[in-house]
Amino acid sequence: MSAIETFLEGTVRTATPLAFASLGETVVERSGVINIGLEGAIIAGAFGSFVAAGYGSTWLGFAGAAIAGITVATVFALFAIHIRADQIITGTAISLLGLGLTATLYRQMYGATGAPLSIPTMGITDIPLLSSIPVIGKPLFAQPAITYVLYLLIPVVWWWMYHTHGGLGLRATGEDPKAVIVAGISAKRVQVASVLFGGALGGIAGGVLVIAQAGSFAEGMSAGRGFIAIAIVVLGRWHPLGVAAAALVFGAASALQYFFQAMGWSLPYQAFLALPYVLTLLGLAGIAGRAVPPASLGRWRE
Amino acid sequence: MSAELALVADALVRATPLIISGLAVAWAFRGGVFNIGAEGQLLAGAVAATAVTLALGQSLGRISLIPALGAGVVAGGAWAWIAAELRRRFHVLEIISTIMLNFIAIHLVSFLVRGPLQEPTRIYPQTSTFADTARLPVIIPGTRLHLGFVLAIVLALLMSSVLRKTAFGFRVRATGASPQAARTAGMIDIERTSMLVFLMSGAIAGLAGAIEVNGVTFALYENLSPGYGYTAIAVALIAGLNPVGVVFSGIFFGALETGAAALQREFAIPSSLASVVEAALIIAAISVAAIRGRHSLVQPAKS
Amino acid sequence: MDDDPCADRPLSDTILALRDITKRFGDMVALDTVSLSAGRGRITALLGENGAGKTTLMRIAFGMLQPDSGSIEADGRPVRFSSPADAIAAGIGMVHQQFSLIPAMTVAENVALAGRGKYSLSDTKSRLREIAKRTGLQLDPDSYVADLGSADRQKLEILRTLAHQARVLILDEPTAVLTPKDTIDLFDQLKSFADDGGAVILITHKLADAIEHADDVTVLRRGKLVMSDAMSEVDEAGLVAAMLGSIPERSISHANIPNTKGTVASIDRMLVMSRRGGEPVEVSLDVRGGEILGVAALDGAAIPILRALAKRVTPRAASISLPERIGFVPENRRDEALIDEFSLTENAALSGAGSRKGVIDWESVVSRATQIISGYNVVTRGVEASPGNLSGGNQQRFVLGRELEGEPALIVLENPTQGLDVNAAAFVHDRLRIARDNGAAVVFYSSDLDELAELADRVIVVSQSGLRSVNPDKNEIGAALLGTHVG
Repeated sequence: MSAIETFLEGTVRTATPLAFASLGETVVERSGVINIGLEGAIIAGAFGSFVAAGYGSTWLGFAGAAIAGITVATVFALFAIHIRADQIITGTAISLLGLGLTATLYRQMYGATGAPLSIPTMGITDIPLLSSIPVIGKPLFAQPAITYVLYLLIPVVWWWMYHTHGGLGLRATGEDPKAVIVAGISAKRVQVASVLFGGALGGIAGGVLVIAQAGSFAEGMSAGRGFIAIAIVVLGRWHPLGVAAAALVFGAASALQYFFQAMGWSLPYQAFLALPYVLTLLGLAGIAGRAVPPASLGRWRE
Repeated sequence: MSAELALVADALVRATPLIISGLAVAWAFRGGVFNIGAEGQLLAGAVAATAVTLALGQSLGRISLIPALGAGVVAGGAWAWIAAELRRRFHVLEIISTIMLNFIAIHLVSFLVRGPLQEPTRIYPQTSTFADTARLPVIIPGTRLHLGFVLAIVLALLMSSVLRKTAFGFRVRATGASPQAARTAGMIDIERTSMLVFLMSGAIAGLAGAIEVNGVTFALYENLSPGYGYTAIAVALIAGLNPVGVVFSGIFFGALETGAAALQREFAIPSSLASVVEAALIIAAISVAAIRGRHSLVQPAKS
Repeated sequence: MDDDPCADRPLSDTILALRDITKRFGDMVALDTVSLSAGRGRITALLGENGAGKTTLMRIAFGMLQPDSGSIEADGRPVRFSSPADAIAAGIGMVHQQFSLIPAMTVAENVALAGRGKYSLSDTKSRLREIAKRTGLQLDPDSYVADLGSADRQKLEILRTLAHQARVLILDEPTAVLTPKDTIDLFDQLKSFADDGGAVILITHKLADAIEHADDVTVLRRGKLVMSDAMSEVDEAGLVAAMLGSIPERSISHANIPNTKGTVASIDRMLVMSRRGGEPVEVSLDVRGGEILGVAALDGAAIPILRALAKRVTPRAASISLPERIGFVPENRRDEALIDEFSLTENAALSGAGSRKGVIDWESVVSRATQIISGYNVVTRGVEASPGNLSGGNQQRFVLGRELEGEPALIVLENPTQGLDVNAAAFVHDRLRIARDNGAAVVFYSSDLDELAELADRVIVVSQSGLRSVNPDKNEIGAALLGTHVG
C-alpha cells in the first residue's frame, strides 16, 4: 500500500470505534440526556467481547460487547433517568465503575499478571470490485466486516431520526420533555431506550477495539475514547451524518503518525498520543457558537 | 514505632493529595464549575514543582519549598485556565475540555520524564531525586507523614470560613446554586466569579501535585498519580461538597486505597476494586441528593 | 349534587364528566369533591381566581395528574387516564398556557408528534389542509414554531388537538396572551368547533370572556365547587360573588396622583426588538418619583426596557441615568429572585451581593430577614426555611420586602402579581402604593390589562409603532397595543 493508502486505512480503522460510540451518543443526546458514562460502556464492551469471543466466535464477541454496554447503560439509566440523579456526575461515576470493574474482573479471571490470552479476531473482508477502486478502495472496502455494519448503521439511524415518528419523538424529547409528555409521548421511555441503544453501540465500539484491532483486552484500553466520542457528537452537531464525518476527521488526525512515519518525519511519540485530545479542544473551540445542542440537553428538572 | 501507627500514617499520607484535590473539586462544584480536571491540574502542579525544585537545587536550602509549592499552584491554575478560557470564550463544556487536558497532561509528563527532565543517566523514565532540603518535613518521626497533611487541613478550614463568612464566598455559593438568581437578584458578575472559581480550583489541585512530589515521591515519573484527581470527585461528593467533610472523606478514601493495596499484597484481591467502591459511593451520594429533591448538586453556570 | 346541570340533559349529551374529584398535594387539598361535565355543542367556562384549582382539575381531565378519589367518564363509560396519551386517545385535547410546543421544530413536525411508524411530511401537510378547509385554521406547515407569535402558537395547539381528532377541547387561560382581535377570532373558532359536535372547556379568570361566549359555567373557589349552572341563569354579580367569596378590602388611592417629584431615572434612545423580530423600536422615557408607571407591550418587548431600568442589562448605544438604589422583582421569581438551596437569611443577603466586600455580618442579615418576614406577613417557620417551601404568594412577599427594604428610589417589577391569589395580589399592590406615596418611582410591566388599569398612575405602551403614553384605561391600553387609535 502507498503512504496515502496506509494513512487512509489508518483513518478508517481509528474512526470506526469512535463512530460507533458517537453515533450511539448522538441518539442519546438527541433525547436530552448526556451520558458521560460512555467511556464505561466502551471499556465494558471491550471486556464483554473479550470474554464472549473466548467461546470461539467473533460475532458472539460483538454480542457480548453489546450486552456489556447495555448493562452499563442500564445502570446509568436507572440512576440518571429513573431517579433523576445528576447526569454528569452519574456519568462520571459510571465511567469510573466501568474502568474499575473491568480491571478487577480481568485480574480476577485471568490473573494479575494479565497473561495475554488469544481470542479469535476479525480478519479483513475484501468487498469485490469496490475494494479495487484506486486510492480509496482498499482503505474503505478492505476492512473487518464490523466496519461494514457501521456503514449501514449510519444512514439507517439518520433515516430513522428524520423520517419516522419515532425519530420525531426522539428529537422532540431532547428539545422539551414536558411538551412531549403533553403531546402523549412517554419522555422517560424515549430516554431510556436511547440510553440503552447508546450503550449497545458504545459496547460494540469496545468490541471493535478488542476483536477487530488489538486482539486482546488491556486495562483502561478505551483510553478516553468515550469522552472523545462525546466531543465528536458536538463537532458533528448532533447529526448522524455530521458525526460520522467528524469521526473520520478524528481518525485522520490520529492516523497522521503513520503518514509521518512513512515520510520519515520524527516527533516525540507522546505528541501523537496527545494529538486526539488536543484536536478535540481545538475542534470544540473552532465551532464555538455554531453548534446548537438540543434545548433540554442534560437538564430535565421537574 | 508501632506497626499500627505506621499504617495510620500511610493512610494519612495517601489521604493528603486526596483531601487537597478533593477540596479543589468541592470548591469548583460549589461555584458551579464542572472541573473534572483535577488530575491534569495536579500533574501540572507536580511538573512545575519538580522543575523549580531541580532548578534551585540546594541553593536556597529549605526556602526552596516555597517557590516549589508556589510554582505548583501557578501551574495548576494555568492548566485550568486553558479550560476556563475555552469555556468563557468559546462555550466549550469544561467537562469535556478538562478530561482532554487530563490526557494531555499524562502524555506531557511521559514526554518530560523521557526528555528534558530525565535523570542524568538517561536510563529510568523519571527525574533526579530531590535533595533532602527540598523535601517537606516529616511531622511524626519514623513515619512518612509530612507537613503537607497539615497544609491540607489548614486549607480545608480556610475554605470553609471563606465560604461561610465572606462576601466572596457567598458570591461563589450563589453562583453555583443558581446562576440566574445570582445575576438577577444579586447583581453578581457570574462570568468573573466562575472564572475565578475555576482558576482557584486548578491552583488548589496544582498544590496537591506539588505537595505530592515534594512530600512523598521526591521525583517526577509516569503514573505519579494513581487517579487522585478522579477519586477527588468521590471525596468531594461524599463530603457533600463541605470542605471540612472533605478532610474526613479524604482520610476514608486514603484508608480505603492503602487497605486495597494491602489486600492485593496479602490476598491477591485486585486493588482496582477500590475504584469500583468509589464509583458506587458517588452514585449513592448523588442518588440520596436526588431522592431528597435536589436533582442537581452542581449546576453549570450559563453565560 | 342536586343542582348538577347534566342531570336534566340526556346522558349522550355529555362527552366528558368528572365526578367528585379530590386531589391533595401534601397537606393542601387542591380539589375537594369537585364535579364538572362538558356537553356536546356547548362551551363550558371554568371560572375561579388564581389558585382555585381550575388548572389542577383540567390536568386531571387530561391525564397529567391522577385524582386521589373520584371518577372520570367519557361518553358515559368510566375511564382512567394514567397519562396524556390515554386522554388523547379518548378524544380529549388540551391547549396549555405553556410548555407544549417545540420551538425548534416546524408546525408540521409539532402536529405529527406522537404518531407512529414512518413520518411523512406530505401526509401531514394534506392532513393540515383538510383541517384548514373544515375549520378555517391555517398555518404554514414549514414555518418554525420559534418564529410564530402567541396567537399563531395557540392556533397550532388547537390544530394539533384537531389532528388528533379531539372531541373535547380544554383551553387554559387562552386569552391571556392574545390581543383583543385575536381573542375574537379564537372564540369564533371555538364556536364552530362546538357547533361541529365538540365540547369546549374554557379555563379563565376573565369574567367578560366567559359571560359573552360560554353556554355553561362552573365556578371553583379554593378547591371547592361553588356554582355549576347554565350561563343564562346567572349574572355578573352572582359570578363575582361566587369567585371571590368575600371581596378583599383594598386601599384605593388611585384618584389623586400625589406629589409627583422630579425625574428619578431616564432612558434615552434605547433600541428594543420585539421577540417576534421586525423593526426595532426606539424608546426614550423618564420615570418620576412618586408615580407608578405601568408598561404594556406584546411578546415581551417590555422586558428589555425594564431590565435596563433595573440595571440588570446595559443596552448598547443608549444613554441611561439611574439612581443609586434600585429594587427589582423579576417575573420568574423562582429562578431569578430566589435560591431554593439557600435559607431565607441567605436569600436576604443576595441583594447587593455583587458589590459587597470582606466579611458578611450575618447577625444583621438575620435581623433584616426577620424584619422582612414580619413586615411583609411572610408565612414561614423562620429565617432558616428554604424559599422552596413557601407558597407563591409568600415568596413574592419576601422578594418584595427584600427589594423595597432600604427605601430604593426606583423599584422595577415584572408581572408582579402573576400566579398570586387575590389577597396576596392586593397586598403587593398596597405596598407599591405606599412606596409610591413615600416618593419612590415604581415601574411595572403586566400582561394583564386589568392590573395595568388598576395599579398604574400612567401607562406607556410599547408597540410596533413606537412608544405611546396613555391613560390607565383598559380600552385605551388595548387599542394602543394594537397600534389603532380609538376616539
